[in-house]
Amino acid sequence: MILAVAEAGAHLSWDLGADLRQMFAYHFMVNAFRAGTIAAVAAGAIGWFMVLRRQTFAGHTLALVGFPGASAATWLGIATVWGYFGFCIGAAVAIAALPRSDHGGGFSEESAVIGTIQAFALASGLLFVSLYHGFLNGIDALLFGSFLGVTDRQVLILALVAVVALGLLVVIGRPLLFATVDRDVAAARGLPTRVLSVVFLLLLALAVAEVSQITGSLLVFAVLVMPAAAAQQLTARPGAGIAASIGIAVLATWAGLVAAYFSPYPVGFYVTTFAFAAYLAATLRRSAGQRPSRGRVRVAAA
Amino acid sequence: MPATSSVVVRARQASATLGRRRVWSGVDLDVRAGDFVAVLGPNGVGKSTLIKAILGLVALDGGTLDVLGSPPGATSQEIGYLPQRRSFPPGLRVRGVDLVRLGLDGDRWGTPVPGRRRWSARARSEDLRIAEVIDLVGANGYAERPIGEVSGGEQQRLLIAQALVRRPRLVLLDEPLDSLDLPTQASVAALISRICREDRVTVMIVAHDVNPILPYLDRVVYLARGAAISGLPSEVITGPTLTGLYGTPIEVLRTSDGGLVVVGQPEAPSVHSDRHHPHPHP
Repeated sequence: MILAVAEAGAHLSWDLGADLRQMFAYHFMVNAFRAGTIAAVAAGAIGWFMVLRRQTFAGHTLALVGFPGASAATWLGIATVWGYFGFCIGAAVAIAALPRSDHGGGFSEESAVIGTIQAFALASGLLFVSLYHGFLNGIDALLFGSFLGVTDRQVLILALVAVVALGLLVVIGRPLLFATVDRDVAAARGLPTRVLSVVFLLLLALAVAEVSQITGSLLVFAVLVMPAAAAQQLTARPGAGIAASIGIAVLATWAGLVAAYFSPYPVGFYVTTFAFAAYLAATLRRSAGQRPSRGRVRVAAA
Repeated sequence: MPATSSVVVRARQASATLGRRRVWSGVDLDVRAGDFVAVLGPNGVGKSTLIKAILGLVALDGGTLDVLGSPPGATSQEIGYLPQRRSFPPGLRVRGVDLVRLGLDGDRWGTPVPGRRRWSARARSEDLRIAEVIDLVGANGYAERPIGEVSGGEQQRLLIAQALVRRPRLVLLDEPLDSLDLPTQASVAALISRICREDRVTVMIVAHDVNPILPYLDRVVYLARGAAISGLPSEVITGPTLTGLYGTPIEVLRTSDGGLVVVGQPEAPSVHSDRHHPHPHP
């Protein structure tokens, strides 16, 4: 039924206000905006730390692990939201338990072992999808996202998880930044750097699971990496960077939802494209603004 | 014999083991308040381990160690620390001033509230202290730039500011001159000694090459072959003593202006530079 509504052809007229009113007349679009906004806020903030910590590879792994989680949930007849959260948190615990090399300050790469977990996760997801013989709302919804059929209950769960995750992030924010950029000194000051990195992986798992439900497993980075990377191009101030990351993530999600509503193409494509445009613009702005100052510094250093 | 209160670090027959390897043993050490002390010795002899033992990050397996009158680790709030070889990746988008600020409040839980300066006197006084310490190390020109984009010497000055921002009584610097060019080594060494004198801060500095810091030293600790010798520079930095410690011929020459130069040290910077991976700076 919802599919029928979307395909019956919403199209843009010259009256944007009327178009938006028409769009929000559908409860599923209201819920899509609610869910998208919640996920984007969580991912914008947590993604900023992930990019700074150079843990995008871990984030990618968690996103791929969400796919077998969601498809297993579908197969077992449970809401996919539990599949995403369950599998992502499980994978975060597994990655945290992996032995890490202590070289390279706070910037050590996760072991190649998790690369193999990625491939296995995708393969298991494929298995669960083929085990499930009923009507599956498209394997591409799990992989590339869908804004259709977000329930009130799902919005509530997303909101509760986001409040817990962001609340925890606020509590550990400054020590986490310290342990990220300067682990040895943070440890010498008595901060539990190991505990902080485990807690952060769990927060990352929550953010990934939230975003997966909007963008699908493969396009999680549209909201988790691109806005954060763009924000770090725009500013080196931590507070402003986190705010910019959240702002870009939310705007890209909103724009993507509107575009997907008024056109026949999928939401995952639009959110990713708008986030990519933001990243491109931020990069161009930085390289344009930096050329003169680089020359000055080289003279000063010589 | 100095009064106990003025002894900042005291070790008696201290020994440390990393894994199964006994790093050093029988180390006796007295560092007095306001001293500028060099910890010297070849690679792998446990200089960083000594610093970490003082910080309480490495436990002793024998002997005693008192730091600021307490067991190691109990007084870490009063110690400034600059770990070995921190060069930040060029893409790291965090400013130097943020790094200095983390030295002041980074171990406080929570997240700073934007605009807190308007109502918090504490935030304003912290801002003043950060500006003051950045001024002290002469980093005003680049403290607002991302740390990954400034030169190695500039990074080192900011990190010294970070170590000093809480007005520590003891500062532990692990190879702060490493991977810096010679003029920068000289100016950073002069900066450290000036801070040591003016603020009466006790400084322990780990170094491969003693020459840049030689003019400023009050005491020297030489670690070699699992043991330590400490004393005045004029006692320890002699050809026969160093030759015995390193097991390779070393001469100490006197320059025309009265300074000392150590020649023949096996750990010349050009030899050990491949051990580190400094990031190239554009």
